[in-house]
Amino acid sequence: MTDPNEKQSDDHWLVRPATIRNIWIVAIGVLLLTLLAEFFIPTKGYFGIDDWPGFGAFFGFACCLLMVLFAKALGALLKRDADYYGGDDRD
Amino acid sequence: MIVIEMLSPALILIVAAVLIPLANDRIKPIIILLAPLLTLAAIWQIEDGVQGSVLFLDYYMLEPVEGSPLRRLFATVFAIMVFFGGLFAYRIASWHELSAAFVYAAGAIGVCFAGDLITLFLYWELMAIFSTVIVWCGGTPGARDAGIRYAIMHLLGGVVLKVGIEGVVVATGSIQIQPMLATDFSTWMILIGILINAAAPPVSAWLSDAYPESSVSGSVFLSAFTTKTAVLALLLLFPGEPILIGVGLYMIMHGIIFALLENDARRILAYSIVNQVGFMVCAVGIGTQMALNGAAAHAFAHIIYKALLFMCAGVVLYRTGKSRCTDLGGLYRTMPFTTICAIIGALSISGFPLTSGFTTKTMISQAAIDEGYMAVYFLLTAASAGVFLHAGIKFPWFVFFQKDSGLRPKDAPFNMKLAMIGCAAICIIIGVFPQLLYGLLPYEVAYEPYYPAKVVFYLQLLLFSGLAFFVLLPLMKRTLTISLDTDWVWRRGGKLLANLLLKAIDRFTASKDRIGTKTVTTLSYLTNRYLGQPHKADSEEKSVFARSWTIGTTALWISGLLSAYVLAFYL
Repeated sequence: MTDPNEKQSDDHWLVRPATIRNIWIVAIGVLLLTLLAEFFIPTKGYFGIDDWPGFGAFFGFACCLLMVLFAKALGALLKRDADYYGGDDRD
Repeated sequence: MIVIEMLSPALILIVAAVLIPLANDRIKPIIILLAPLLTLAAIWQIEDGVQGSVLFLDYYMLEPVEGSPLRRLFATVFAIMVFFGGLFAYRIASWHELSAAFVYAAGAIGVCFAGDLITLFLYWELMAIFSTVIVWCGGTPGARDAGIRYAIMHLLGGVVLKVGIEGVVVATGSIQIQPMLATDFSTWMILIGILINAAAPPVSAWLSDAYPESSVSGSVFLSAFTTKTAVLALLLLFPGEPILIGVGLYMIMHGIIFALLENDARRILAYSIVNQVGFMVCAVGIGTQMALNGAAAHAFAHIIYKALLFMCAGVVLYRTGKSRCTDLGGLYRTMPFTTICAIIGALSISGFPLTSGFTTKTMISQAAIDEGYMAVYFLLTAASAGVFLHAGIKFPWFVFFQKDSGLRPKDAPFNMKLAMIGCAAICIIIGVFPQLLYGLLPYEVAYEPYYPAKVVFYLQLLLFSGLAFFVLLPLMKRTLTISLDTDWVWRRGGKLLANLLLKAIDRFTASKDRIGTKTVTTLSYLTNRYLGQPHKADSEEKSVFARSWTIGTTALWISGLLSAYVLAFYL
């Protein structure tokens, strides 16, 4: 898994491709576990719709997707160069 | 008569603030660490109810100190924050910053115990003045400008608040602090004055403008007091004011979206203050006992973890001189301690189970459920996911992980480490033993934060938000930009408007001049034509009656005048 071109000095164990792959595997495992947990711990919804299996997972992911896309769209409108207010703010 | 019970604990901090510049380097840390502890002890000596009153202007009864569980809770967390802030700051902050921070905190604690509106207003203004000094202690030209904008905003807020207070006093004849609703002009003014300090729309930009310009330690102090005092004032004056639900929800979303767009690490944290205060404002709006407890508890938890996060960002700024995400990254290699503290703070703000945020924020959600506010509940839940996205992962990821920036700074100095350990410990202790905090809340708590189904729900919500972050990472690439917030209106908009007005005035003057010239030419043509020529071509005498008139014109005028005279004689 080690890339021969990769310099030894940059090779902190956290950034090795193998570690990153393992982190992804563990993370996906944990995500699946939280979903599987619903088989043992019945969900408790308050408004009907949040009784659905995996609602928390779906809702969290979907909301984040929407927020990031909305922020991205708004950013196209509102983003300015970092020194937009620059020096001439002072007069 | 002044009795000892009527002296606010705030006075201890004011005395300390005076002593700080006088003390030498060995005594200064003792004052800085001892004064908040004394204050804390004094706070817990105050019993419930008004501790005596003073007649003012022969009519109004000032009540400098009034105790209640809610007031004590806020004062306690403020005093804790002065302690940890002082511990964090005392070696790097200048004496004027430390002194200003102590008076600023004294203002906040004074507001906590103010029994009447006049006392509240005085401490309120004390905070405005000395927090401005802290912004200025940033020491850069940017900090100077931001401080001026900050001062204008807060003095304006103070004036609005004062107008409201005077209106209420005139209408009711009472300066008592008592729950009210925004029903008429005066109460609206009070509400607006408080909301300006709470960083509510449309002026929330003062916060994200000023806090990131302050010094490494200044932002730790600033993050704690102003907005949370406003939350306390809302809890005391406007519990159950329905408009606050909408205001709070807007603040929550505004904070998330702008934090997602932001590149500067400290500005991300500033936007997340707006977001978190939104939760509290919304809870005050819901107004049930559960909601008010939730707002108070969340304020307590928030002050600690937000200070912890600002400390982490402060250490990074202190060690590297940088706070932009585009310049940072990979700092976990040499700053493992700060990284771990930042992660604890980030998990707390996200409301991860076993951290303080979980045990306090879910109270607010529970209040929305109890009242059957479905939309509010789902928006709060969506916001919880969004907080994990922008503060929970984005902040630690871009500062301490992502790419290797090549920076290899040293970790935090020992005093900063101690302060950070203290804050991190409180975050976890409240998360694991929430009853400790629940016991301090204004109303009795019948709420169990941990039951399996809810923990699973929040784990799903948060972990899948985390997945969304890494899946959407290409969209989150940091750019060297800022985003226009409402402060554009007063930083650029005002100037544009002024320029437009000036241009309009210029054009008006120009056209006036043109019309004027035209009138003069026309008139002189007419006078020349009908009233005669100037004496000579180069004559100095240009006036009409100094001219030579033709005989015919003269004869005509004379006959005209004579006829008029004859007519007038016979009439």
